[in-house]
Amino acid sequence: MGEEDGEARRRALEAHKAYGRGRKVSTKGVKDKKLRSNLKSLENKYKDATLKAKDAEVLLENESGFLEAEGELERTYKVRQEDLRNGIAVETAKKCFDLKLQGLGPYTADYTRNGRSLLLAGRKGHVSTMDWREGKLGCELQLQETIRDAKWLHNDQYFAVAQKKYVYIYDVNGVEIHSLQQHIEVTNMEFLPYHFLLATVVRTCLFRGTTKNIANAMQGNAGYLKYTDTSTGQMVIEMPTRLGSPTSLSQNPSNAILHIGHQNGTVTLWSPNSTTPLVKILAHKGPVRATAIDREGRYMVTAGQDMRMSVWDVRTFKEVNNYFLRQPGSSVSISDRGLVGVGWGTQVSIWKGLFDKSHKDQEKIQSPYMGWGGEGRRIERVRWCPFEDVLGISHDQGFSSIIVPGAGEPNFDALELNPYENTKQRQESEVKALLNKLKPEMISLNPDFVGKLDLTSAAQRKQEADLDRKPEDPVLKLKNKGRGKNSSLRKHLRKKGKRNIIDDERLRIDALRLEQNKRLSKRLDKNKEDLGPALARFVRKPGA
Amino acid sequence: MKVKALTRPTAAHQAPGSSVTRQPRNLDPALHPFERAREYTRALNATKLDRVFASPFIAQLGKGHVDGVYTMAKDPQSLERFASGSGDGVVKVWDLTSREEIFSTQAHEGIVKGLTWTKDKKLLTCASDKSIKLFDPYNASPKAPPQATYLGPTAFTSLTHHRTLPHFAASSSVITIYDLTRTSSTPLQTLNWPTSTDTITTLTLNQTETSILASCATDRSLILYDLRTSSPLFKTTLALASNALSWNPMEAFNLAVANEDHNIYIFDIRKMSRALNVLKDHVAAVMDVSFSPTGEDLVSASYDRTIRLWTHRAGGHSRDIYHTKRMQRVFSACFTPDSHYVLSGSDDGNVRLWRAKANARAGIKSARQRQKLEYDDALKERYKHMPEIRRISRHRRVPKQVKKAGEIKSEELKAVKRRVENERKHSRKGEVPRRAEREKMVLRTEV
Repeated sequence: MGEEDGEARRRALEAHKAYGRGRKVSTKGVKDKKLRSNLKSLENKYKDATLKAKDAEVLLENESGFLEAEGELERTYKVRQEDLRNGIAVETAKKCFDLKLQGLGPYTADYTRNGRSLLLAGRKGHVSTMDWREGKLGCELQLQETIRDAKWLHNDQYFAVAQKKYVYIYDVNGVEIHSLQQHIEVTNMEFLPYHFLLATVVRTCLFRGTTKNIANAMQGNAGYLKYTDTSTGQMVIEMPTRLGSPTSLSQNPSNAILHIGHQNGTVTLWSPNSTTPLVKILAHKGPVRATAIDREGRYMVTAGQDMRMSVWDVRTFKEVNNYFLRQPGSSVSISDRGLVGVGWGTQVSIWKGLFDKSHKDQEKIQSPYMGWGGEGRRIERVRWCPFEDVLGISHDQGFSSIIVPGAGEPNFDALELNPYENTKQRQESEVKALLNKLKPEMISLNPDFVGKLDLTSAAQRKQEADLDRKPEDPVLKLKNKGRGKNSSLRKHLRKKGKRNIIDDERLRIDALRLEQNKRLSKRLDKNKEDLGPALARFVRKPGA
Repeated sequence: MKVKALTRPTAAHQAPGSSVTRQPRNLDPALHPFERAREYTRALNATKLDRVFASPFIAQLGKGHVDGVYTMAKDPQSLERFASGSGDGVVKVWDLTSREEIFSTQAHEGIVKGLTWTKDKKLLTCASDKSIKLFDPYNASPKAPPQATYLGPTAFTSLTHHRTLPHFAASSSVITIYDLTRTSSTPLQTLNWPTSTDTITTLTLNQTETSILASCATDRSLILYDLRTSSPLFKTTLALASNALSWNPMEAFNLAVANEDHNIYIFDIRKMSRALNVLKDHVAAVMDVSFSPTGEDLVSASYDRTIRLWTHRAGGHSRDIYHTKRMQRVFSACFTPDSHYVLSGSDDGNVRLWRAKANARAGIKSARQRQKLEYDDALKERYKHMPEIRRISRHRRVPKQVKKAGEIKSEELKAVKRRVENERKHSRKGEVPRRAEREKMVLRTEV
């Protein structure tokens, strides 16, 4: 019997760890009978839900991939893509390919949120979309303009391209449908899918002939962060970062906070609700080249010009570990299952186990999990394909897709993001997403603050409802009563003390005032004495 | 080197030969970011949709009455039988499923004061013309004379039927119990409080504890009687007179009283010195109150031309207010026996049919629809404390007069409160004690 109990307890603990939502509410201290029983039944419901979610794990169909060394002499980072391709299923091996797009690069790449479509944009103006799994080209554009960034919006029907001057939105056929003329000379973009917000930053502002442009630059247009609602087209907010031109931009997928890397080595955290950064982290001794945050919003990996890659705990804003790269990292990305891909120079390293949410202390990893490159292709951007063991690498000669076993989330939730969705499902999920669009005001460091009670004001309300409470003493409440011209007592006297009514309060204020004046004159006398008879006339009245 | 990379066969998401795609789930919280914010947004949308779909009024029954409807009676044993009596002495019987009139007779000469159904589908009516009449609307023609007539010394004001026995009680200045099986019009019992002489305005037999009878009179008293001992149990005097009574069908010891002071009081008859709850929102005298058959909800009709719906255990304010431009003083309201609808009879002579839940829709729902509604209800419950949701769900368009009257009333109440506070401030400590809102209106209880 005891053994069974222990088994049940262990199961409940495991379920709570995986599916629980924070600590239990202790019902023992609650005196109200009704409240106690309500809380108890609620806690039981939550517990039951976690147990059922744990039980539902048997329905998960796929297991994640892996790459393991069998002997002591084997090293996983020595495995090349050619070797891998022989060892895995033919269907999967097809996911490893190279696109040679010389002369138009360097390229940036972006996968849709369900990992189905790929967007490639070359610096020289070449944009193409493709269903990469089937190798089908979606649309291809020659914009003949500089392209600095390209990003899918909420699904594979729309994408935004940051061009020479403005940001443009194209649809799946490559038709330009919007030109966002408020986003001028954008270098980095992020799309917050649940809020339908497109965030852009401006890295540099080029001085050109017109006075307007110069005026823009004078205003400090460099380093402006702008949020636009893509469902309504409204600009939500634009604000200066005041830290010069940013060097990288990424979003925390769990709370929609933007992390901007700066020239001076800081990473700042932004939400549209504050015109100052929520947090500033001094991450590197040089410009921060790239940042990435894991999907649960616990860890951040940054790469800097100082040839370091640091792992940060975003909850405590402390560095966990840092690693040496032989060249400054140009791009970092974190996969569904916590693999970190970092591009440096012409190489890509993939690290495993840089952080683990279930461990208290993170160990320092000695060698990368896998590697790629070294063939003269300068890496521009690395991006993991969601729900696949695939890393997309865009470089100056095109795009390469490589297999990294164990990177992707094996079991997707079809009602959240479905890599195999058909047209109807896509349309339906778009409508649902728009209905459930979150307001920009809901973006905060703690995404679960919504629905919490405002306890301070509740206490205040309770106090105000009490008819027998003592009236507040306005004089007692005044802070820094005694100091200077703008002391609060003086202000109070200015505002309230002039009424020609002599009551208790007035008498008290007068007494206080008298005392204060006495103190002042005493201090004056003392200063005069200190300075001597010759200099006494230069004594400054305190508070004057 | 051991290696395995992720592969998902096509058959996993669409079975071969099938056009139905599978939709696997994964409940890992990491795959569902912003769950609180998204749930809240859904709850907000659901609340908004609730208000969008709120259309409480369905129809009026037939063409209504010529004079005002002052009393109504439902048969608790039938979903379709329903009767209403008007000021000109006409009694009509309605078929609720077709909403048509099936029987109409000039029953009395004065205002019809009370109606009740007997166990055998017959209708008892009483009026200020000092008579009680028994009609058989389902078998006899409207022209036929009543099957029985009981004459009393004074005008009758109310009727109520026993749950099991063929007995009914009628009130005038005393309470008289009649037996339907006897042919004579002499009462079986007569009940009264020894010292009171005023007119008893309404009475109700408890349908669970079947021998308990409650009545209220113009002398502001609320008296309970026991038929077994044929004696009164106790008398409670309230600050103002009460207009109607309703027993809770699920908690036989709880009683709702509609009072002239705009409030509804819910009493536990085991402790009459204190109300269980005070329902405040009406801005004029409450003319009728009635529990739903489930005992969860209440409906009240008021002289301020509105009816209000209340949730029994959800505080002292109404859940909804129903009104139309043409509805005048409402004198009676009740739930239908399935508790999905509400009926109201008003001074303008119409009997109106309303939904008990303003946004509910009848009709068969698919499993998905039902699931969605249940999910939305759970969300609304979970986030009901959020200011935006609370604001939207509580918002009602209220007639100008009612709103104005409400404002004036709250001003007056504040003045009273201020005055009492001043009195308290200037008298010796403890001399003017605070009285609980639930005890204030009880002046005296006598046994």
